Amino acid sequence: MEREPVAALREAAGEGVEYDGLTARLSDGNLHLVVEGAETTVDDDSPDVVPDAFVPYVTNWYYWRETAPQRPAERTFLRWLEGATDDADRATVPDRYDALVDGIARTWGELLITTMLTDEDQRRYQVRHIDDRDVPVSDLQTYDDPDDVDAIARRDDRDRYRPLRTAPTLRTGWVFPALEPDALVEVVGAFYPATIENWYREREGDLDVTHYREAAERQTGRYRSVSELPVEALEWAAEACCVDSQCLKRREWDEDGETELDVPRGEGVFPCREPCSLFVAAAREWTELEREGSRTFEFELTPSEKAQLDDLVDAVAEGRVEEIREADLDEGANRYRARYLRAKRFEDGELPATERGEDS
Amino acid sequence: MPALVVVSHGSHLNPESSRPAHEHARRIRETGAFDTVRTAFWKEQPHFREALRTVSSEEVYLVPLFVSEGYFTEQVIPREFRLEDWDGWDSDGTSAVSATLSAADTGQTVHYCGPVGTHDAMSDVIVRRAESVTGNPDVGDGVGLAVVGHGTERNENSAKAVEYHADRIRARGRFDEVQALFMDEEPEVDDVTDYFASEDGEVRSASGHSSGRDPRDIVVVPLFIADGYHTQEDIPEDMGLTDDYRTGWGTPASVDGHRIWYSGAVGTESLLAEVVVERAVDAGADVGDTLEQLRERGDDAPITSERVSDRHG
Ligand code: SF4
Repeated sequence: MEREPVAALREAAGEGVEYDGLTARLSDGNLHLVVEGAETTVDDDSPDVVPDAFVPYVTNWYYWRETAPQRPAERTFLRWLEGATDDADRATVPDRYDALVDGIARTWGELLITTMLTDEDQRRYQVRHIDDRDVPVSDLQTYDDPDDVDAIARRDDRDRYRPLRTAPTLRTGWVFPALEPDALVEVVGAFYPATIENWYREREGDLDVTHYREAAERQTGRYRSVSELPVEALEWAAEACCVDSQCLKRREWDEDGETELDVPRGEGVFPCREPCSLFVAAAREWTELEREGSRTFEFELTPSEKAQLDDLVDAVAEGRVEEIREADLDEGANRYRARYLRAKRFEDGELPATERGEDS
Repeated sequence: MPALVVVSHGSHLNPESSRPAHEHARRIRETGAFDTVRTAFWKEQPHFREALRTVSSEEVYLVPLFVSEGYFTEQVIPREFRLEDWDGWDSDGTSAVSATLSAADTGQTVHYCGPVGTHDAMSDVIVRRAESVTGNPDVGDGVGLAVVGHGTERNENSAKAVEYHADRIRARGRFDEVQALFMDEEPEVDDVTDYFASEDGEVRSASGHSSGRDPRDIVVVPLFIADGYHTQEDIPEDMGLTDDYRTGWGTPASVDGHRIWYSGAVGTESLLAEVVVERAVDAGADVGDTLEQLRERGDDAPITSERVSDRHG
């Protein structure tokens, strides 16, 4: 094997090394190595001769010591990617290496991140959209600069602007084929800003969650009113914005420290620690709208037309409008069906209705 | 090694809003002057609240990509970045330099710099914008320059910043006339040609060709960070460059017998990256020859928008 990892290990062994199942120390000036079920002393005259069984342990130590970033959050993330975090099911280094030869894949939001071993037992990381998992690299647009992420993440597959980076609308068709570790964390941080840091804080048990009421109190200017949003409206708002179909963060905030919302938090791997700016902007709108009381209206529709209104709302809410085929007249949210309803029932763009007074 | 965080408004609707921040950060990143160069946004991600935790340096220069001091720089940014004991820059509205504070979120030392818009070097960026839109590196003689700002909107410092640079550029004597104009207060940009009277006799056109009896040429530079509906819809229509922004306008466009060169937002000028670094330097950052590096490459074309149809909202 290469000399540098052994030389570096010898230097570190003076203070004793214990890492991923490798123990290294100096005895009588010789480098002594212990791994599960074996030990050896490296001959000073030929430091590159290390028995095969020890090589993965030594190169693994060297990678994490010399190449991988030292920041705890990034380091833990990279170790998690290859199943090397201190979880109960942690694989031994040789088993991990076997898997790394084929590549170990994990998902992070819509990213599929594959860790691979290079010839020098270093790691390279490939990032692509999860939906492109089976697409050959040659069919994808390749990138290697973290600064390119912004251009990919800015718009969805239908070319619409994505104001929320963690919305499940990341476009497909691109790949970062082989990133070094520092660039990998930059790329992930550009697709999903601050997710590695907050995920790490949560693992360490110190995620700082700011609940809705506290976040609302902080607002000034045009967002000051959001503190008046009633709790049932807050539930509806979280259901509208924060569930997995809309945002890949797992909502960890609630109304306040005592009052949990009933809406599912989501299954996302990284947490949401406080209402985001998009949520607050939406909450402002709903705070204004909730100032109106309900009324009873009377208008005429056939039962099918009533069902059609249900279909229309559902199609918009689920983002299905674009999928509805031109001539699919069974579908209530079909454009011709909507135009027919408007032609039949609407006057000047409105459904004529008689108001029956304000509800209590 | 310290980090630099470029702080910008961002938008939920306009994809162009955050492009200057991303582009200027990229340019500065390439110089290697800082350990990390990050962006942080009010309306996009990473949000102000979470940006510092993505930066490992103990020392951070925080530079607001805003045109003036005011509500955002004085209330929102210090609050959201959790800058402890913030009580202002001790500024007259255009003179903020920096304040050194501790961030409650991370314990980092934060040098909170004044906004790019009020830095003296911004005058050069405005002039550069006039050069780039006319394609004439010597533009000035026989030409009037209008610097356009939003106006009052929540604080009077927005107008002060525009007037500050108009005064400075006027004092250089390069342009025949320099005016500060506004969208929502007097003197209004709607009446732009009234502020630049035509003259008889020989005047030179902005493109550098002497052109006999032409009425005076005007270059209009909006002191805005990003292109959005103000710079791409309201101002062009208000000035009469076009009846409908969607159909575009000429550069130059002809209005009341004047030729008007209207540039995009000054914040998209590549030279702005230099002002960001100047802000950090004024706050004590040691950046080696970064300013020279940026200046050499400052001739790059302005950041162009991806497409016009996205400029709504
Ligand atoms: S508040 Fe959090 S979970 Fe909800 S939409 Fe925003 S980022 Fe997603």
